[in-house]
Amino acid sequence: MSTAVKDRRIWLPATNSGRIGLGLLVLILAVAVLGPFLASGDPTKTLGVPFSAPEPGSIFGLDFLGRDVLTRALHGGRSVLLFAGLATVVAYGLGLVVGLYAGYTRSRVDTGLMRGMDVLLAFPTLIFILVLSNAFSRSIWAVVLATAVIQLPPIARIVRTATVEQSVRGFVEAAVARGESMVSVLGREILPNLARPLSADIGLRFTWSVLLIASVNFLGLGLQPPASDWGLMVSENRAGIGLNPWAVLVPALLLGSLTVAINLLSDSIADAK
Amino acid sequence: MSSVATLEPDADPAPGSGAPGSHPLRRFVLRRLGSAVITLWVLSVLIFVATSILPGDAASAMLGKQANGEALRDLRQRMGLDVPLVQQYGNWLWGLLHGDLGRSASSFLNGGDLTVWSQVSGKLANSAELALVAFVPIVIVSLLLGVYSATRVNRWQDHLISTVTVVPAALPEFVLGALLIAVFFSWLDVLPPVSLVPPDTSALASPQLLVLPVLVLVGVTVGPAARMIRAGMLEALESNMVTVARLNGIAESRVLRRYALRNALGPSIVVFGLIAQYLIGGLLVVEYMFAFPGIGKELVDALSIHDNAEVASVTMLLATIFVGITIVADLLVLLVVPKLRTGSAA
Repeated sequence: MSTAVKDRRIWLPATNSGRIGLGLLVLILAVAVLGPFLASGDPTKTLGVPFSAPEPGSIFGLDFLGRDVLTRALHGGRSVLLFAGLATVVAYGLGLVVGLYAGYTRSRVDTGLMRGMDVLLAFPTLIFILVLSNAFSRSIWAVVLATAVIQLPPIARIVRTATVEQSVRGFVEAAVARGESMVSVLGREILPNLARPLSADIGLRFTWSVLLIASVNFLGLGLQPPASDWGLMVSENRAGIGLNPWAVLVPALLLGSLTVAINLLSDSIADAK
Repeated sequence: MSSVATLEPDADPAPGSGAPGSHPLRRFVLRRLGSAVITLWVLSVLIFVATSILPGDAASAMLGKQANGEALRDLRQRMGLDVPLVQQYGNWLWGLLHGDLGRSASSFLNGGDLTVWSQVSGKLANSAELALVAFVPIVIVSLLLGVYSATRVNRWQDHLISTVTVVPAALPEFVLGALLIAVFFSWLDVLPPVSLVPPDTSALASPQLLVLPVLVLVGVTVGPAARMIRAGMLEALESNMVTVARLNGIAESRVLRRYALRNALGPSIVVFGLIAQYLIGGLLVVEYMFAFPGIGKELVDALSIHDNAEVASVTMLLATIFVGITIVADLLVLLVVPKLRTGSAA
């Protein structure tokens, strides 16, 4: 941790691939967030013959129900970012509480986390999410919850390890000696120092959430039609890839750029440590 | 990797007692099997709860609007849903232990005697063929790329390989699949966009159907696998043993093959075990993408029609295969890394 890095006001990735990742991420985020305002038409309105080829006025043609591909693609990025972001926030929120507590008190919670990890490691994550979300009534919220639950044990373990490292530092002992409460020690002394070691992991978790939730939507077991969602769009337009490949390619390329961007960025954060 | 198996130091680690069947090895296998049984049991409870927790049981879900008192009672009884949940779980587990996966809810509705096993066995075989056909190129390509980049570390070849492999590895399987279909079907028109293997024929009989699914699986796995193999190889190349071999004037190619590669083999097997496990989940998406009649697509279909009886049994079947792969990988590591076998390892 050199002072040069610390003093820089605006953080930029140190590697070229990290910078490419950041630029791409900003671009895709702009499309996903601003897209619905830029799109002119209604994403659920049928405009013509299904899988019509591109023509002036509809540059990527129409989808399997004759709806405009560009309009739907501009609307389709919000859902994956929103739900994956939500799953990551819930997972990290719970993971921080459990991990901080387990690491600071070195209590029996630890054994529970290990057992949780054992079970998770014994099973493909995607199938776990599908079966779990099936149990909670299978709406997109259930998928989000299942995605968060699945990531809880690994996050809690990482937080725990980082907490154990911090809790023997001088400033923590000083705070304990001052008689501060456990909540205050955890929140004010330890938590701010976890940001650095955890930053790369947060990126990784978010990538995972995006991949998993997009895959569930692709399998038709998450968001239901007529929602515009990049994963769902790839799935529902597959049959017409010979007629209008853009109906599949546009959402696939947008989603792919998103996952590649987060990957490159979190790699470069991990390398910078 | 954390899942590398190590033996606890044995009380009597007599040199040369490392032959298969000797005490520490047998004890390791037994302990490994024991923990696998416990894990599977925990999973079976989780899966059973997850597939029976929904309000309204499978019988009423199956009958839908036609559900009336008598038909419902009759179907419940035939499906074994009229007994308490604990007993249902017991019956299910007892069946599984005897290789009986039960019957799917849809087969009860049709009045047929179709068991889950007869519904899925052909599809399981298809998936196994697809997985094996994908596994071989994954192993070969990632070994070649991993070892090659380790010998060219931080030179342009190394950077090129990591740059080219990082992109497909970051993509969701279905995105890579869509891109490949667009290129090889829409544009070049050389490969089919779906892989409909006719029933009762082997997937291997129509190899052109397997090309795109296999390419997807290779594309998403080779990057991370090559990266881990490169790391293992680098560690071996930096060891004293390799330095001594080089100082002794042994030819570089021999140093690579006999000294470095052999020591990087243990970590590599762990990597391939992880890939074999990944394939079980990855097949789900890839099979659905290409409409390949395999176990993964079967599970997605069963989930989408709420056939919980089939979901539970198929999931448990996949979990057992998954855990089995872990054990086999651990044992293989033990066999190729002698120092883990004698019990003298840390």
